[in-house]
Amino acid sequence: MLDKNGIAKRIAQEVQDGYYVNLGIGIPTLVANFVREDISVEFQSENGVLGMGPFPFEGAEDADLINAGKQTITTLPGAAFFDSAMSFGMIRAKQVHLTILGAMEVAQNGDIANWKIPGVMVKGMGGAMDLVASADNIIVAMMHTNKKGDSKLLKRCSLPLTGVGCVKKIVTNLAVIEVTPEGFKLLERAPGVSVADIQAATEGQLIIPAVVPEIAV
Amino acid sequence: MIQKVVPSVQAAIEGVQDGQTFMLGGFGLCGIPENAIAALVVSGVKNLVCISNNAGVADFGIGLMLVKHQVKTMVASYVGENDVFEQQMLSGVLEVILTPQGTLAEKCRAAQAGIPAFYTPAGYGTEVAEGKETREFNGKMHLLETAYKADFAFVKAWKGDTAGNLIFKGTARNFNACMAGAATITVAEVEELVPAGSLDPNQIHIPGIMVQRIFQGANYEKRIEQRTTRTKV
Repeated sequence: MLDKNGIAKRIAQEVQDGYYVNLGIGIPTLVANFVREDISVEFQSENGVLGMGPFPFEGAEDADLINAGKQTITTLPGAAFFDSAMSFGMIRAKQVHLTILGAMEVAQNGDIANWKIPGVMVKGMGGAMDLVASADNIIVAMMHTNKKGDSKLLKRCSLPLTGVGCVKKIVTNLAVIEVTPEGFKLLERAPGVSVADIQAATEGQLIIPAVVPEIAV
Repeated sequence: MIQKVVPSVQAAIEGVQDGQTFMLGGFGLCGIPENAIAALVVSGVKNLVCISNNAGVADFGIGLMLVKHQVKTMVASYVGENDVFEQQMLSGVLEVILTPQGTLAEKCRAAQAGIPAFYTPAGYGTEVAEGKETREFNGKMHLLETAYKADFAFVKAWKGDTAGNLIFKGTARNFNACMAGAATITVAEVEELVPAGSLDPNQIHIPGIMVQRIFQGANYEKRIEQRTTRTKV
């Protein structure tokens, strides 16, 4: 089974040279720590920065320099600032190649729900609806089941949707899964996790190829 | 020259009335118009519609206006940082219009640019799309979204000059640059107000024509929500 860093490490393998990448809050933020050093990648944060760097050293925090998670950050050489309208302009215009975000539920047709539990939790969608409606390549980073142990990979989302038919790939603590027109296609399984374990934790249609290699991280 | 400089924050908010619509710049607590918010709280103006990406935290930013029940309707994209807000929203005291962040920004920019409406794919197939016109472009579905109409826009910049020109710093530009000029009256507060001619015209982010009132802000707290650091190795 993968922990959060393991999930981030596996997703980092999807990041290619020359990519502009938007990372969501939570596990996706960790992906930046594991991107290969021999490739050139720029991280976009939708509050208005490209070329985001690591967290600042203590004492060097700047209130005017944060990421979309409101965390203090630094910039790397070549960074640029812009306003929120331009930020979502570059997202809608598909200049950002890859979006990595968390989810509460993903459906086998690629629908995603991650912003609201009616009557219980309403934090808002932030930039997630814009990101999932626009990006061509969307990877979801999440646990395979929720805290109650229920599957988060469903036939249909039960929670209010963030976007329809948009998720391409899912990396969980148990597996790497591709969203196909036929359903969830199992690509890889986490170390120590059997195909039967993944099947049991997946409510949606799971397509199991003859060979399912173990995730190498 | 047109006189834009006002002597105080009180003069800057003159004319605000109950029931008006305000835009407030900032992302989280980054780049919020701290001085204007403090003065609006003191003014007691109420039944407001506030358009802002976030609603501050319980004891800072727009949170201060929420605690005093000055806000009737909040238009925002993300309110997760504010418990008071979430309580007021779930209990129905506060009307909330949650709006995708890019749509919110573009609804400001459209107002700033004199465009009445635009199509965006964000929110298609979700509850955000309810009651909205949809249309297909290039094989993809879009929603028709309209420009905001606001009475006041309160924005905060790093530097400004007496002609109203603004320069922002870092990620504090965010919604401030989209809201300047997007309301009937734009009020800009700046950390440093300099005479016209002191700023390089090549470096201006928002030209002064977008700003009706400008003043030198004071006592900026610039609170950090998530102070996150790494340790030296």
